[in-house]
Amino acid sequence: MDRRFTLLSLALTAACAAYLFWGLGASWQFVLSLRTGKLAGMLLVGAAVAVATVLFQTVSRNRILTPQIMGFDALYILMQTALVASLGLSGFAGLAAPVKFTVEVVIMIAASLVLFGTLLGRAGQDVARLILTGVILGVLFRSAAGFLARLLDPNAFAVVQYASFASFARVNTDLLPIAALLTCGAIGLALWVAPRLDVLALGRPIAISLGLAHDRLMLLALALVAVLVSVATALVGPIAFFGLIVAGLAHEAAGTHRHARLLPMAMLIAGILLVGGQTLFERALGLQSTLSVVIEFVGGLFFLWLLLRGRIR
Amino acid sequence: MRPALALTLALLPLSAASLLIGAADMDLATLGTDPQAALILTVSRLPRTLAVILTGAALAIAGVVMQQLVRNRFVEPGTTGTAESAALGLLAVTLIAPAAPIWIKMVAASLAAMAGTALFLRLIRRLPAREVLLVPLVGIVLSTILGAMVTFIGWQTDLLQMISIWLFTGEFSGVIAGRYELLWIAAAAAALAWFAADRFAILGLGQETATGLGLNPDAVMRLGLVVVAVVTALVIVTVGMIPFIGLVVPNIVARSMGDNLRATLPVTAAGGAALVLVCDITGRLVRYPYEVPVGTVLGVVGSLLFLWLLYREPARG
Repeated sequence: MDRRFTLLSLALTAACAAYLFWGLGASWQFVLSLRTGKLAGMLLVGAAVAVATVLFQTVSRNRILTPQIMGFDALYILMQTALVASLGLSGFAGLAAPVKFTVEVVIMIAASLVLFGTLLGRAGQDVARLILTGVILGVLFRSAAGFLARLLDPNAFAVVQYASFASFARVNTDLLPIAALLTCGAIGLALWVAPRLDVLALGRPIAISLGLAHDRLMLLALALVAVLVSVATALVGPIAFFGLIVAGLAHEAAGTHRHARLLPMAMLIAGILLVGGQTLFERALGLQSTLSVVIEFVGGLFFLWLLLRGRIR
Repeated sequence: MRPALALTLALLPLSAASLLIGAADMDLATLGTDPQAALILTVSRLPRTLAVILTGAALAIAGVVMQQLVRNRFVEPGTTGTAESAALGLLAVTLIAPAAPIWIKMVAASLAAMAGTALFLRLIRRLPAREVLLVPLVGIVLSTILGAMVTFIGWQTDLLQMISIWLFTGEFSGVIAGRYELLWIAAAAAALAWFAADRFAILGLGQETATGLGLNPDAVMRLGLVVVAVVTALVIVTVGMIPFIGLVVPNIVARSMGDNLRATLPVTAAGGAALVLVCDITGRLVRYPYEVPVGTVLGVVGSLLFLWLLYREPARG
C-alpha cells in the first residue's frame, strides 16, 4: 500500500522537476522564478480541487458529483460580467488583484454558506434536493450573466469571455500567499476531521447512532468545500470536471475509504495530472491555453464511463 | 375544458402584441393601403408569432412525453442530454458536409437526439429507484458533458461563435417566412403524442402495470423517443435551445388538473405557447429596439419557476 504512495510522490516530484528545468535557456534565473510561481499555483489549485471533490462526494454519498456543478463557476462568471458591466473596461482592468480576489472569494463563500446553511436546516438530510437547487441556481446565474453580456459592447464582452475560460497559465503570483493560507488551513482541518468523515460516509442513521454530530460535521465539510472551491475558482477560473477524474483515480489508487489516506492520495494525483499535463502541453505540444478544455473533455468521458460501469456510489 | 379555453383566449392578445411589437414601424390601420406594412406583417411578424407558438406548444408536449418515459417529474429534453446530443449531431453534419440541405441536418440532429435520449434512459436504469431527484441530476450532468464536448469541438474548429449564438441560446429574431416551416413538422410530431396520450399515461404507471393492461411498453417507449427527439431536433435546427419549457409548464398544469393526459395535453400546449410568447415579447421590449434572446429570458424565468416547483411540490415519481 505504501509503495503506491511513494510511487505517486516520486511521479509528482519528477513532473515538477520536468516543469521547472525542461528547456530553461540562457536567462534561467528569470524563467525559473516565473515557473516556480506558476508551479505553486497549480499545486495549490490541484490540492484544493482534489480535497473539495472528495469531501463533496463523501457528503453527498455519490461518486459522480463535483462541487463545481453547484453553480460556483456560474457565480464566478456572473461576478466577472457584473464587474465589467458596472465598472466599465478601464475600471475592471484597474482593479487591484488582491482586492478583487478577496472580494470574489468572500462572495462565493458567503453565497454557498447561505445556500448550504438554510437548505440543510430546512430540508434536513435531503442532499439530492440541495444539489439540484445549486445546479438550478447555476443555470440562473449563467442566464443572468448571459443577459448582462448582451448589454455589453463587444470589447467588454471579449474581456468577459477571456475571464470565463479557466487558464492555468495566468495564475497571479501576488495572490499565492493568501490563497495558500486559506487552502492549507482548509486542507489541514479536513485531514484533522478525517476519521470522523469516515463515519459520516456511512450515512446519517448509522453515523448518528455511532455518536457523531452528523449535521454539524456535514456543515463543516460543506464549508470547507466552499472555501476550497472558491479559492481555486478565483485563482484560475471555472473548472468543472477535473475533480471528478482526481477523485475517481484516488478511490481506485487508495483502495480504501479512509479519508486520512484518500485525501493525500487525491492531492498527489491532482498535482501529477495538472503539472504533468501542463508540461506536456506547454513544452512538448507547444499549446498554451487548451489544457483546461481538454481536462473538461476527458473528465466528461470519465464521468460517462463511471456511469456506464455503475460506479455511482 | 375551461382552463384550455381561458389559455387559448389569453393567447389572442399576446399574439396581437407579438404582431405589433418590432423595430420597424407598422400600423394596422394602414395595412390595406401600405404595401410595406403588409410585407412586414406577412414576412416577419406573422411567421415569428407562429414560430413562437409552435415551439412553445411542441416543447411543452415533448416535456410531458419525456416525463412519462422516465416516470419522473423533474426532467425535460433540455436537462436529459437530448438537446445537447442534437446540437452534437448538427455540428457533426456542419463539419462533414457543410453544404448539406437542411433536411439532412434535421435528420442527423434527430438521430443524434434519439441516441442521446436512449443513452440517458440506459443510465438512469442503474439508479436506485427511491432517489427521485438523482434522475434530473444525472440528466443535467450528462447534458453539461455533452455541451462541453460541443464546446470542445467548436473550439478546435473555430465554430465557437456559431455554437454559442445559434445553438445554445434560442432566439426568434432570425425567423422570417421560409425559415421556420420545419416547426410545423415538430408540431405534427407533438400532435401525434396527443393521439397516443392514453398510452403515454398508462406507460407512466410503470412497465408491469402497462403490460398488465395489455400495452406493449417498448413500442410506446419507441414512439415517445421519436416524438421527443424530433421535436427537440427541429426546434434546435430552426431557433436553438429553449430551456425549461418542457419542465415547468407540464408541472404547473399537472398541479391543478392531474394526470389525465388526454385532457391536460391541450392545456399544456397552450400554456407552453403562452409562456414562450410572454418571454419573447419581454425579450423584445427590455432593450427596445434591440433584442434579448428568448433562451436567456427563459433561463432566468424558468429556473426561478423550477426552484419554486422543487420546494412547493412534494417530490413524486
